[in-house]
Amino acid sequence: MMADPRWGEALSHLPDYLGNHVRVSLAALALGLVVSLPLAILTRNRPAPRGILLAFASIVQTVPGLALLALFYPLLLLAASVTLNWFGVSFSAFGFLPAMLALALYSMLPVLRNGITGLNGIDPALIEAAKGVGMTARQSLVMVELPLALPVIMAGIRTAAVWVIGTATLSTPIGQTSLGNYIFAGLQTQNWVFVLFGCFASALLALAVDQLLGLIENGLRHRNRLRAGLGAFGIAALVLATLVPTMGRSSQSYLVGAKTFAEQYVLSALLRDRLQAAGLPATARSGLGSSVVFEALKAGDIDLYVDYSGTLWANQLHRTDIKPRAELVAELKTALARDNITLLGELGFENAYALVMPKKRADALGIHTIADLAAHTSTMSVAGDYEFFSRPEWAALQKAYGLQFNAQRQMQPDFMYAAIASGEVDVIAGYTSDGLIAKYDLVALDDPKQAIPPYDAILLLAPKRAADERLKTALGPLLGKIDITTMREANLRASGNDANSSPDVVAKWLWEKVGGR
Amino acid sequence: MPSKLAISYAHVTKSFGALRAVDDVSLDIAEGEFLAVVGGSGSGKTTLLRVANRLIEADGGTITVEGEDVQNIDPVALRRRIGYVFQSGGLFPHLSVADNIGITPRLLGAPAAEITARVDELIELMQLDRASHRDRLPEALSGGQRQRVGVARALAAKPRILLMDEPFGALDPLTRDALGEDFRELHRKLGLTTVMITHDMTEAILLADRIAVMRGGKLLAQGPPAELSASSDAYVLELLRTPRRQVERLNALLPQNGAA
Repeated sequence: MMADPRWGEALSHLPDYLGNHVRVSLAALALGLVVSLPLAILTRNRPAPRGILLAFASIVQTVPGLALLALFYPLLLLAASVTLNWFGVSFSAFGFLPAMLALALYSMLPVLRNGITGLNGIDPALIEAAKGVGMTARQSLVMVELPLALPVIMAGIRTAAVWVIGTATLSTPIGQTSLGNYIFAGLQTQNWVFVLFGCFASALLALAVDQLLGLIENGLRHRNRLRAGLGAFGIAALVLATLVPTMGRSSQSYLVGAKTFAEQYVLSALLRDRLQAAGLPATARSGLGSSVVFEALKAGDIDLYVDYSGTLWANQLHRTDIKPRAELVAELKTALARDNITLLGELGFENAYALVMPKKRADALGIHTIADLAAHTSTMSVAGDYEFFSRPEWAALQKAYGLQFNAQRQMQPDFMYAAIASGEVDVIAGYTSDGLIAKYDLVALDDPKQAIPPYDAILLLAPKRAADERLKTALGPLLGKIDITTMREANLRASGNDANSSPDVVAKWLWEKVGGR
Repeated sequence: MPSKLAISYAHVTKSFGALRAVDDVSLDIAEGEFLAVVGGSGSGKTTLLRVANRLIEADGGTITVEGEDVQNIDPVALRRRIGYVFQSGGLFPHLSVADNIGITPRLLGAPAAEITARVDELIELMQLDRASHRDRLPEALSGGQRQRVGVARALAAKPRILLMDEPFGALDPLTRDALGEDFRELHRKLGLTTVMITHDMTEAILLADRIAVMRGGKLLAQGPPAELSASSDAYVLELLRTPRRQVERLNALLPQNGAA
């Protein structure tokens, strides 16, 4: 099993992923402590603000970690634009900052609750005694109350540390590299080696930190300097060991963005390889949320990525009309140029919605286009992903061709292909570049009335790279070279669960296919 | 004459809500005196003790310590100047015996060497064993030893006045007797002014120069034990007769020289 080269590949990412994971967790925990502990101390004898504070922290805790992290990105984007307008300074709302703030908020509840419980649980006679021997309120806090509450406070800190380290794996979609990169990439490309590796690495990290904090707690409680020192040394060593390898790396590196599905992982690996081959340092920053990635490009937090013309047409330009492929791309290019974003060109294939059915059945019925299909739909069922039937494409399709299916079902995309292969449904709304179309011997029907907007894969460059000729030269050989058949095969390869299915390997295969064209 | 007073209460009152814990109490305690304050629970004796070092603030009246109105003294400085022994020791469980004893000198900023010397001196004085007790945590000591540490801690900053809240209350009879005797001797040797709360009449009669009887927040009577036994108040007489009545009952139950 260890002979599987994916283990080696996973290991090669470890210094980067682990270092970033530790960095963001540490910063979040430190910030959480710096805020929560004083709050616990200040409110320990004030029931009203204490109640409000604990309620707030509990509410934060009920927000799913992924949602909390995702919320901080638009919030910080807004804050960044406000500071830019008012003070002329801006900051990056991408990656580290939103991840750290969300995780810090997440760490507050256990520290607050245990801090307040610990401080309130002290025998009142001892606080009286502290006063009686002549301590000021501050001396009583430092010399008596905090040391006595320490075990409970430390238990809270340990809980917070484990939570933060675990939840930090979810900071990948907002652009913070973490051990979650393994998990997100692994889930999307069905690379279980990566998923396992990411889970084990973050669990081990959480366990190690918990045990070391436990050692410190034990040492402090029993006034054992050796144990406390060993624990502190262990934490320091862990932090240094994980941070040093990622320091001093070139920050001039080009960042290639990617959304959260297999095709994007493969393309970002391909782009990265091309830049590196041209002598430009490059790193892939994959697993970014769909709305995050465009904003990140606009703000210059990433340098380039591949998007789809129809997506930007609808989501950024808010257009509902449909134009032919080339026209739409041209108009999009002009619109994006207003934001100084460069639309470098099309890669050659489309990843659009398409009505898909088994090739044999289509041939038997003489169906080549959606127009041919219309005559048969009254006896057919159709399946689509969760959003398809509420998208404008579906309404446009029905209207243009007069489609009247007798049943429509929603399902997970992976199951959709199995359903049509087994004959459970007759037609599915698939994706044109999907590798499973070839695997299950399906055919994507033509759309002669152009009811479905084009989804050309297009290369976008950040405003700061608008005049970067070396970058444009390095990417030039890819433009217009990746046809739909090649991309489908690449996607099929990436969906496997074997040594040759990692995005890096598939990207190399893809380059071998299209590099010579 | 007033300069010879260690503590003086003049018309002191303190209420907790509707309860008058201390109700118009006037009482003078001379320097070098050993005063026992007796009374049932809820009689206000602990409150009377605590308003003296401002652990509780009095509502009305005047309290002076060594001629100075306590309202004019910073409460923290006042508490460092007056020794206080807590009911169940009140030792800090996370600090060693030595650190507990040395706490007030440390708060006063005494040099480390001086604190060490003073701690050793007090361990000796309180008949504790330096080798086996000095660096232990309070939990490792017996109840009697803990109370000795409590007294040592109260004496560490060399106060002239010592307030004690039922210091021997939770101890077994033998320890209690020995500790009481030892403390009486210490009081004399150090020239202390001691105010001790107790609910044990025998202890009060045996140790104190003078007894103050509290009931329902009022000072019912005060005076040397012999004088009090001639009191006209029925409750005071009842209190003073109790020890003797107990002895008579004991004598009736036990052979006269049986124990000896």
